[in-house]
Amino acid sequence: MTIAIEARGLTRSFGKYIAVNNLDLSIPQGTIYGFLGPNGSGKSTSIRLLTGLLTPDSGSINVLGLTLPRHAEELRKHIGYMTQKFSLFGDLTLEENLTFMARIYGLERKTIKPRIESLFVLYDLVDKRKQLADTLSGGQKQRLALAAATIHQPELLFLDEPTSAVDPENRRDFWEKLFDLSDAGTTILVSTHYMDEAERCHYLAILDAGVKKADDTPQNLMNNMHANVVEVSGAQLRQIKQHLLQTPEVRSVAQQGVQLRVLVNKSVADPITWLREQCPVSLAQHQLALIRPSLEDVFVTSTGKH
Amino acid sequence: MQFFSRISAITFKEFRQLSRDRLTFGMVVMIPLIQLLLFGFAINTNIRNINIGLLDEAQSSASRNIVETVLATQVVNLRETYTSIQQAEAAITAGNVRAVLVIPHNLEQRATNTGSALPLAQWIVDGSDNIVAAALLGLRTMPLTLQPQARAAPAPSFEVVLYFNPERRTPVNIVPGLLAVILTMTMILFTSTAIVREKERGNLELLITTPVRSLELMLGKIIPYILIGLVQMTIILSLGHFVFGVPINGSPVDIVGATLLFIAASLTLGLIISTIAKTQLQAMQMTVFILLPSILLSGFLFPYEGMPQLAKWIAEGLPATHFVRMIRGIVLREATLGDVQSDSWFLIFFTVVGLLIATFKFRKSLD
Repeated sequence: MTIAIEARGLTRSFGKYIAVNNLDLSIPQGTIYGFLGPNGSGKSTSIRLLTGLLTPDSGSINVLGLTLPRHAEELRKHIGYMTQKFSLFGDLTLEENLTFMARIYGLERKTIKPRIESLFVLYDLVDKRKQLADTLSGGQKQRLALAAATIHQPELLFLDEPTSAVDPENRRDFWEKLFDLSDAGTTILVSTHYMDEAERCHYLAILDAGVKKADDTPQNLMNNMHANVVEVSGAQLRQIKQHLLQTPEVRSVAQQGVQLRVLVNKSVADPITWLREQCPVSLAQHQLALIRPSLEDVFVTSTGKH
Repeated sequence: MQFFSRISAITFKEFRQLSRDRLTFGMVVMIPLIQLLLFGFAINTNIRNINIGLLDEAQSSASRNIVETVLATQVVNLRETYTSIQQAEAAITAGNVRAVLVIPHNLEQRATNTGSALPLAQWIVDGSDNIVAAALLGLRTMPLTLQPQARAAPAPSFEVVLYFNPERRTPVNIVPGLLAVILTMTMILFTSTAIVREKERGNLELLITTPVRSLELMLGKIIPYILIGLVQMTIILSLGHFVFGVPINGSPVDIVGATLLFIAASLTLGLIISTIAKTQLQAMQMTVFILLPSILLSGFLFPYEGMPQLAKWIAEGLPATHFVRMIRGIVLREATLGDVQSDSWFLIFFTVVGLLIATFKFRKSLD
């Protein structure tokens, strides 16, 4: 398996604030690799380091066989980048935007028109081509941005929180397009703070405060979690939650409607019995069950947030 | 070639955006049009019709004769008469009149006594405005034929021949200078805000991840404004010629050449500002910072010769100073670019160094 992105000991700080701390990455070609983390966890900074937009304080980066930041300029021909905020020109039509990007990427003049045409068809924007980009909906803007980022058929695509401004249905469609691209051999690095989005990635790195906490397939991450998940349903959930949060073995308690989702450390052998013993309020009337962990549970255990 | 292809892509995009931005597009034409008409008519250093008062203590036919002669110059306009010196001074303090002509009661005696060096009458002038005061000082030696045999006008020591603007009309001097001021304003403002706007909207974050080079981006951005600058030059000079009768003596090639040099220098200044400013407001503030000295120190309004050495040094650093000199020389005195070589070289030097600074400062990174 060829490695598309390789980083060792990557560190970058802004003043006293360490945005990315000693990050190691190894991303195989053709995969969709996700950065999952809360705001300020260093996702955007990591992407900017890997695209050569930022210079690391220390560490080595090799992207598509090119050493960064030395060969950043050469790398730009082979990568596509979709910014967090819509960054195409709102006062140009879709056609003008894509023509501009095609010419910037140095596409041959006679290939530009057919290429744009096929992108309009692929991303369902055919009847919008004469519209100004500002007049598009969130989902359409997203598709236009993806079309622009892939106009030169890059080997590697960076997407910085690509679907933070679109509804779930558009998000699902958008991911279909990403899987198509991945299927055609494009390596995709995507940052997100949505669990459903993270779950679609082939591989996932969980970032917190600039540090990589875990790194595996979403399935393995869930299986190898350091905690069991117990679902508690019944009355007086608020009081039970307050109490459980005091005990060190409980990693997190989250209320979901009429249930509590309790993460108990794996060091506790029988979490259900243990929980019943712990609670001052009698849990006799409550139903307790061990359930399958979700990615959110992984996220919570890894980042230590309650 | 990719270099030119990318530049033309950027230039084309700028034109498209400009054509959709009606207000900016309108300003391109309206700024030179309105400002030229406004300043062309408004700015006049030949002062006429200054309001004055009269304190005539003589009350004789001779004194009335003097007043008539003074008014006939049209430099002053009689507005009030007083009966005491206190009234006259109060009127000047209140700002009702700019000056008072005081004719003493012994006028006849002063006029007939040929041996005396006493002047006939006195002007009390509000000296707070230099230009008005200078106009009144000009009346000091005006010939008065009160009694022709007694006081013949002395022959002038020099004869003065005024080349290029014999009627001493202000627009002849103002219009070419206005070209410098208007181009300074629009060129610097347009380029600086054009790039900062892309920073603000996030377009730049996308552009710097593409293979486009800094120099390509800079050149692609300034080319549209070069054309705009030439359009403005055409508007100003043709309006100046047909409305204000400014003679266009120099050759069009020299005029366009000098203007292009100045546009290039101003645009690079705009680019440098755009690499420093983070918001459009900051870019505008910095433009004003350059614009004010360009108006006041460039020689557009006040002669360079009158400035202290420090101000001269500052003025020499401003592209506008050199262009005011060049364009006045070419338009009015039929000078060629060769005649104003040192100014041309300065603008070329300024542009090259400025472009290097801007390209160097605009690094394609977010560090």
